[in-house]
Amino acid sequence: MIIGAHNIISPLGFTSEANFEKVIRGEGGIAMQTGTDLSDTDFPASVINESELEVHLAEFLELKAYTKLEQLSILSLKQIIAGVDVTSPKTGFILSTTKGNIDLLKADNLNPNALLATTAQKIADYFGFASTPHVISNACISGLVAFIVAKRFIQSGIYDNVVILGVDVLSKFIVSGFQSFHSLSSETCKPFDANRDGLSLGEGAASVIIHGKQKTENTPYVELVNGAIANDANHISGPSRTGEGLFRAIKQTLRDGDKVDVISAHGTATPYNDDMESEAISRAGFSVVPVSGLKGYFGHTLGAAGIIESIISIMALERNVIIGTKGLKQQGVVAPIKVVKENEYAPTKGLLKLMSGFGGCNAAVYFKKHE
Amino acid sequence: MSTLNKELKEELKAKLIEQLNLEDFEVSDINDNDLLFGGEGLALDSIDALEIIVLLEKEYGIKLDDPKKGKEIMQSIQTLADFIERKR
Amino acid sequence: MVAMPLFTSKNMSRVIKELSIQSETVILDGKIIFSSEEKELGGFLKDLYKHTGINYGKFFKMDYLSKLGFLSSELLLKDVEEIKPETDEVALIFANTSSSLNTDIKYQKSMEDIPSPAVFVYTLPNIVIGEISIRNKFYGEHIFLVQAKYDKNILLKYADSLFETTATKYALVGWLELSPTENYNVQLMLCAKK
Repeated sequence: MIIGAHNIISPLGFTSEANFEKVIRGEGGIAMQTGTDLSDTDFPASVINESELEVHLAEFLELKAYTKLEQLSILSLKQIIAGVDVTSPKTGFILSTTKGNIDLLKADNLNPNALLATTAQKIADYFGFASTPHVISNACISGLVAFIVAKRFIQSGIYDNVVILGVDVLSKFIVSGFQSFHSLSSETCKPFDANRDGLSLGEGAASVIIHGKQKTENTPYVELVNGAIANDANHISGPSRTGEGLFRAIKQTLRDGDKVDVISAHGTATPYNDDMESEAISRAGFSVVPVSGLKGYFGHTLGAAGIIESIISIMALERNVIIGTKGLKQQGVVAPIKVVKENEYAPTKGLLKLMSGFGGCNAAVYFKKHE
Repeated sequence: MSTLNKELKEELKAKLIEQLNLEDFEVSDINDNDLLFGGEGLALDSIDALEIIVLLEKEYGIKLDDPKKGKEIMQSIQTLADFIERKR
Repeated sequence: MVAMPLFTSKNMSRVIKELSIQSETVILDGKIIFSSEEKELGGFLKDLYKHTGINYGKFFKMDYLSKLGFLSSELLLKDVEEIKPETDEVALIFANTSSSLNTDIKYQKSMEDIPSPAVFVYTLPNIVIGEISIRNKFYGEHIFLVQAKYDKNILLKYADSLFETTATKYALVGWLELSPTENYNVQLMLCAKK
């Protein structure tokens, strides 16, 4: 499985390259939100500016009638879709999202556009996908699960290529929920830091084409080698103290000889998550492997996070850079791991991407660069 | 004061059973000094703790801004009742 | 476990048991094993819980979708001796149309007053997977898909791919639908690797 064209839309930019450039310069999208649309109290989050979005929508008048979530999804796919034949039933489309158009419930409890499959079909129809879209709603690991499911679908012969899209936007629904869990930081989140006190939310859309067949003429290329999903079987919201599910997901993802040069962590910056993750990474024997966390740049973009963070980490792999963990000053987690503070330049080939979420779910994916 | 406190404790037990969906328990099953969290007694968890914070605000108008303080306050029905009495 | 395979998918899995819950009636392997006069979903789920004879305090804290899935898993896993707890070998593969909307609406309502964290946590469809995993100590593969209508074929194919490429030996597979208006439809299978 080969990673093909990709796109990220976030407050940092509307292309993968624009996002990567900002990240490498240490710039993030998290800012204090002072309006009342999302919360009655001010809170920091990474929110896509409406007027910025308007600029990008200007040439696509037909998108006016779509919701913000659908607009971001379509704008993201527009940038990569030329690389696949959407009219082929052998081209799959997967949408990963946690809450889709949940904001529509405010006005109408039974709005059919709040149904995730309706949203996916609407996006698919815009491009004319011949195949029926699939929606993955596995909490915060949804984006990373899309890579794993795409690989399995291709392996099973269902599709030749799969387009994956992760998207979530913020709403009062989501923000108030995280507030009720007291899990939002009052400042920009500080992944793996001794003084971390919660996460920052973010919004974004990101898409990738996963090709089943190797195009070896394009080198270097990044291979989606393997992935696995595992459960903590411990608690529906609190992460396992032993990192049980994540540890198992890592173990099942890696095969003999898979060398891990860098780990792109979930790193939400809640006290429990980052401790759990350090435990799982350390138990898996990766205490000295550089760990990088990207939530300080994008916030936690929920269903989009697994895709946004994988793309950035893949781009970093291609450029032999390990991205510094924005927001980290003084590492403070229970188990010994090596979280990278500033950008480091080193040859890297094997990338392990991790995600964890509510419901005790955990996912790991191993990517490998071929030169 | 002590009758008030007693009434409050009984009320709290009933409210916890209702709010936290503790269908297996009745008010008489809960002792004032039983530990609310941990393996025994009511065996409440982190989500229950968050719901108790909501209950304090909704029913008694008490805002607990620092959830870390919750640990001492929510040890038992007794500590919870003492805290409410102090606050109102 | 005595039931014979009812349906064979492509090549990797055989269906050991099939469960359906609709209109206050529970059908296991073609036989009605429980029905209730209770039209209201909460009451029906409570009756079904009593029928299973289990004692699990966490049940009462679950939302309706989790209760429905949890009870289904209890009924399907009952007397299946070869499935032991503490395992990576059981996968959970569920799908529905309404995601967690039944609870989403309740959470939306709670937002008018003080938002309830205990309701918010259930505003994700995969929480039911967590509940079943906790109950049985299942650490294995799991996924929740949202579909416009029940596509059993793709779920069985996905189970096949797990049997082929992962530690999975058994899978609970199927449809776990609960609409905002409390219409429910469960069509679940317990599958084993051939």
